[in-house]
Amino acid sequence: MKPGLHKNKDFWAGMMLIGIGAAAMFIARDYRFGSALRMGPGFFPTVLGGLLIAFGICIVAVGLRSGEKIQGSLSLRALVMLPLALVLFGILMQVAGFIPALVALVFVSAASGREFKLMEVLLLTVVLTVASVALFIWGLGLPYPLIKGF
Amino acid sequence: MELFHNLIFGFGVALSLQNVLYCFIGVMVGTLIGVLPGIGPMATVAMLLPLTYNVPPVAAMIMLAGIYYGAMYGGSTTSILVNLPGETASVITCIDGYQMARQGRAGVALAISAIGSFFAGTVCTLIVAMFGPPLANMALKFGSPEYFSLMLMGLVTAAVLAQGDMLKSLAMVVLGLLLGIVGSDVDSGVKRFCFGFYELADGIGFVIIAVGVFAVGEVISNLSDPEERTVFTSRVGSLYPTLQDLKQSIAPIIRGTALGAFLGVLPGTTPSIATFASYMIEKKVAKDPSRFGHGAIEGVAAPESANNADAQCKFIPMLTLGIPASGTMALMLGALMIHGIAPGPGVMTQKPDLFWGLIASMWIGNLMLVILNLPLIGMWVSLLKVPYRMLFPAIMVFSAIGIYSTNNASFDVYLAALFGILGIAWRMFGCSPVPMMLGFVLGPMVEENLRRALQVSEGDPSVFVTRPISLAFIIVSVLILVVMMLPAVKKRRGDITG
Repeated sequence: MKPGLHKNKDFWAGMMLIGIGAAAMFIARDYRFGSALRMGPGFFPTVLGGLLIAFGICIVAVGLRSGEKIQGSLSLRALVMLPLALVLFGILMQVAGFIPALVALVFVSAASGREFKLMEVLLLTVVLTVASVALFIWGLGLPYPLIKGF
Repeated sequence: MELFHNLIFGFGVALSLQNVLYCFIGVMVGTLIGVLPGIGPMATVAMLLPLTYNVPPVAAMIMLAGIYYGAMYGGSTTSILVNLPGETASVITCIDGYQMARQGRAGVALAISAIGSFFAGTVCTLIVAMFGPPLANMALKFGSPEYFSLMLMGLVTAAVLAQGDMLKSLAMVVLGLLLGIVGSDVDSGVKRFCFGFYELADGIGFVIIAVGVFAVGEVISNLSDPEERTVFTSRVGSLYPTLQDLKQSIAPIIRGTALGAFLGVLPGTTPSIATFASYMIEKKVAKDPSRFGHGAIEGVAAPESANNADAQCKFIPMLTLGIPASGTMALMLGALMIHGIAPGPGVMTQKPDLFWGLIASMWIGNLMLVILNLPLIGMWVSLLKVPYRMLFPAIMVFSAIGIYSTNNASFDVYLAALFGILGIAWRMFGCSPVPMMLGFVLGPMVEENLRRALQVSEGDPSVFVTRPISLAFIIVSVLILVVMMLPAVKKRRGDITG
């Protein structure tokens, strides 16, 4: 029995490609297309977008026939927490400095794992923060304030 | 002899105190991270790339190359000792390497792997030195049509030989090309696909995609894997192979090196193809094939030599033509550009110190691996016991600081988070991100050469098939596509790369 479309990996791969291709072609309408003799900035992206749509359609077609399921599992927790850790790092680098940014990054990253042992994570946070300050700030001389305002 | 003159010049560069030091650091750090479970060579190079920003270009490339083959070597170590391949190329080594380890001959397996790799490294250093200059000289005469067709061939072979579905790989190349042209168009200055973000005017940073997809994406993927890895280490035993071991290994090492070197030059061939093929050959030529799978030393010697030969010969198209033949080479190419060096055949004539210094340093690095790593095996084994839950926050720290320090921009870190999510989505849909990376690096060059070629020919696209060299590249690309679509080949390809 073939699985439903929502689990068909080729269907999703193809749809993603069609979506990106269509978006690229749509946005590239604003760029001058030019001619083969004088390719404008819109020429290459439009062609690539078209190719992506073509590939996407083929892959969807393959997927509808074979019905291969999406493999592997996905930890939603990791999918949300790890990017969030990076975003927090970015924000805190702007407003609070290197040390707060690192602490947030390590703590939130560690919390995305399967096991979370508070003492271990706290220790890891301290060790990684100290090591990073030593390597990047003192060792490589990166010019970031450790804590803003100090 | 021109060759020896050049090699001596190269050794002069590579043996300077600074460069030996960077080579050493690269090899050590590469092995260290390569041994750690769950971090492949690509993620390692991507993550550590920003460390080389403040280093002179020659030393930076030497260090990155050291990290690369150090990481490969570390991968072999883990496959032999704990039956846990650090990367796909070492999967084959697991078969007989781990069996040898269970028989108490882990030390011998490691030593033979090191000796085979060193032999392959030596031969391939010579091959790069011999074939690099004529290739680069030929490429210097290329015009835009030849370059466009060459890149097309490189991208097609890369997609076709990459792991996974061919159709998806081709599509990923196109997606990479599209990502590559984000930013200001060199010709008209129009800002393309910037969505109003001035940070994108110079294009998407190469490190952002590399770290986002390969480091962050890999961490998400590893954390999603419900299997808890148990590390079981066995006693290493004597490091010294017996005379009998050596005798049995000589021919496989030579065969593995030859095969790896040949496959290595082809764009897109992953080292796993070389290792797999060389293992199969050894099994075919062996007098008693039943020994394979039960600790046959040939089953370690040949694939390990092939692996290293392949890795080293990948440098030929990268250094002479500016065409990356693998994902890691795409990273190296990106590193060259970050250091303000335009990749292509000009590197050899304009930066002879970089070209020859890098080649010589590969040999030195391989020697360091043999001399330093065998005595340090005990240390690597203890590293294997570090649990992943303590490793991945460190990977995140290196990734975040690496990306941020490139432009001192938080925007880049946000973008990397996005690419981490995209990377995991691609993996789940069965779309390999490696062809995307090659397309991304070549994107602007492909467009530029297409534009120029059509300008010269006054808009006539037949220019690509009327110039003989360009025609040859086009024919090869089409042939590869056609051959790979034959049902019989398609099935076999699935067996090897799938």
